[in-house]
Amino acid sequence: MTSRLQSARQTDSVFHTEDLNIYYGNFLAVRDLSIDIAKNSITAFIGPSGCGKSTVLRCFNRLNDLIKSFHIKGKIYYHDQDLYASEIDPVEVRRQVGMVFQKPNPFPKSIYDNIAFGPRLLGYKGDMDELVEQSLKQAALWDDVKDKLKAFGTDLSGGQQQRLCIARAIAVQPDVILMDEPCSALDPISTLKIEDLLQELKEKYTIMIVTHNMQQASRASDYTAFFNVEANSKGQRTGYVVEYDRTEAIFQSPKEQATQAYVSGRFG
Amino acid sequence: MASTTDHSSPMNRKRSAATRLIDDGFVWGTTAIAIAVGLLLAVIALQVGEDALPAIQKFGLGFLVSNRWSVIDGEFGALTQIYGTLVTSFIALLIAVPIGVGVAIFLSEDFLPPRIKQPIVFLVELLAAIPSVVYGLWGIFVLIPFLSPIGIWLNANLGWIPLFSTAPAGPGIYAAGLVLAIMILPIIAAISRDAMVAVPAELRQAAYGLGATRWETIFQILLPAGFSGIAGGVMLALGRAMGETMAVTMLIGNSNTIDSFSILSQGSTVSSLLANQFAEAGGLQVSALMYAALVLFGLTLVVNVLAEIVVRRFSLKL
Ligand SMILES: Nc1ncnc2c1ncn2[C@@H]1O[C@H](COP(=O)(O)OP(=O)(O)OP(=O)(O)O)[C@@H](O)[C@H]1O
Ligand SMILES: [Mg+2]
Repeated sequence: MTSRLQSARQTDSVFHTEDLNIYYGNFLAVRDLSIDIAKNSITAFIGPSGCGKSTVLRCFNRLNDLIKSFHIKGKIYYHDQDLYASEIDPVEVRRQVGMVFQKPNPFPKSIYDNIAFGPRLLGYKGDMDELVEQSLKQAALWDDVKDKLKAFGTDLSGGQQQRLCIARAIAVQPDVILMDEPCSALDPISTLKIEDLLQELKEKYTIMIVTHNMQQASRASDYTAFFNVEANSKGQRTGYVVEYDRTEAIFQSPKEQATQAYVSGRFG
Repeated sequence: MASTTDHSSPMNRKRSAATRLIDDGFVWGTTAIAIAVGLLLAVIALQVGEDALPAIQKFGLGFLVSNRWSVIDGEFGALTQIYGTLVTSFIALLIAVPIGVGVAIFLSEDFLPPRIKQPIVFLVELLAAIPSVVYGLWGIFVLIPFLSPIGIWLNANLGWIPLFSTAPAGPGIYAAGLVLAIMILPIIAAISRDAMVAVPAELRQAAYGLGATRWETIFQILLPAGFSGIAGGVMLALGRAMGETMAVTMLIGNSNTIDSFSILSQGSTVSSLLANQFAEAGGLQVSALMYAALVLFGLTLVVNVLAEIVVRRFSLKL
C-alpha cells in the first residue's frame, strides 16, 4: 500500500464525485453524477436494470479500466485525491477499495488460500492462520468451514461461497468495500446473515452496495441513491441519480415522484 | 403425461416416435464408434505383438537395455532408439512448453489489439499445417548449418558435461529435438490458449479486484485454473514428438549405436529406425522392428498414464 494513498484516510467523506460522466466509447452510460460517500456508512444504489449502478460502482475501484472503451469526464476524489489522476496506480486503488461481485467467484483453490490470496499479494508478514480465522469469523463463515480449510472454496454452497468472497475481500483490510448485488443468488437466511454482517463491517469499513431488494436497502443502508434511466434524443439510454439522501428520507418522504413510485413498487 | 396432452392446447407436448428413435440411435451409434476405436487399437496392438513374438522370445527384456542393433549378427536391442526417442522429445518439450505457454498467455490476454492478434493466432496455427518433410528440409539446409558452430562451441567449452561430450557432425539428436520443438509449439500454444481463454471472466475480475497485477493474475489464477487444459495440450504434443518420423529421420543422423549421452552426437529414434529399415528388412529383423514398435506403443501409453495422473492430482476444479 502506498503512502500516497494512505495519507489522507482521516476525512469524513471517502468518495466525492463532481459532474461525473461515464462513457463506454461514444455511449454515455451515466451522466452528471455528483455525490459524497460518508465514511463508515452503508450507501445503497437502487434503480431499474441498466441504469448504470454497476458501472458507477466499478468506477470507485477502477475496475472499469479493464474495459477498453471505458472513459470518464469529470472527477472522482478519494479522500481528496483525484482517483483518475495519471500518477494513481489502479492496482493500488484496488488494494484499498475491495469488491464483492454479484456472482460468487471464489478461486479454484482451498478456502484457506482464497482468503490468503490478497494478504500474500500485499506481502503480509503477520500470522496468516490468525488472519484467515479472523476474516472468516467476520464474514460469519468460520463455524461452517473451520474443520475443512483445505477444502476447495468452489465446493461450498452458493451462500457460503459469497461469504467466502466477503471474507476474502476483508482479509486485506481495505478502506472501502464495494458490493454489487451480493445477495442476488442467495436464500433469505443467507441474505439476512450478510445484512447483519454489513452492520458489523461498517464499524471498520465504508460500504457501497448495489441492490434490487428494496427491503434490503431500507433495512441495511444509511444512505440511498436512486438511479433512473432516460433515453436522450439519440436514443442512448443514459442513467442518472434522481435522488440521493438518507435512507429513511428516500423511503418515507422522497422529494421526487419517480423515487416514490420506485420504492413503493409502482414503477414503470 | 397423458393429462397434459388432453388440453386443447395448440402446442404438441408429445415427442414423436421419430425424434425418440433419432436420440436412441445417436446414443447407440456413438457407443458403437467408441467401442470400435478401442477395438481397432487392440487389434493393432495384437497384430504388432504377434509379429514381434519371435524377437520377444529371443531377446526378452534384454532388448530394452541392449544398444546393439546388428542385422549381420542377428542381434537386436533398442536402447539407442528408446534413448533417442525420449531425449529428442524431452528437448522438444523443454523448449516448446515455456515458449508455447508464453505465446498462449500473450495471445489470450489483451496485450495486442484484435486486429493484430487474430492474424498471429492464425499464423501460429498454420505452423501446425506445414508437412514434416518440409521441416526436415528446412532443418537440413537452414537449421543444421546454423547450429553447427554453436554445437562446436558447446563441445569445446562445456565438453566436460556429458551432454556435450562429442563434437557435432552435422545432423544429430539436438537438431532433431529442436525441429520437434518447433513442430509441437503450435499444438501447445493453441490448446493452452483455449484453456486460458476458457477461464471464467469472474476469476480474472476477482483477482484484479483484490489488487493483483496483471502478472500476478496470470501466474497465480489463470495458469493454475487452465492447468489441466495446458497439460492436456502438452501431452498431445509429447505424443506427436515421440511418434514423429519424417523430420526426425532426416535430421537425427540415424546412427544405430550409442556410446555417449551427448546430444550433439548422432542417434536414432524408434520411428526413425522403423522408417529406415522396414523396406529392406526380412526375417528376425522384421520381428525386432515390430518389437521396437511395440516398445514405442508402450512408452506412449506410460507417458499418457503418467500425465493423466499428474493432471488429476494437480488440476483445479472450476
Ligand atoms: N462493458 C460495457 N460496454 C459497453 N456498454 C456497457 C458495458 N457494461 C455496461 N454497459 C452499458 O451500460 C449501461 C449500464 O449498465 P450497468 O451494468 O451499469 O447497469 P446496472 O444498473 O448495473 O443494471 P443491473 O441492475 O441489471 O445490473 C447499460 O446500458 C449497459 O448496456
Ligand atoms: Mg449491475
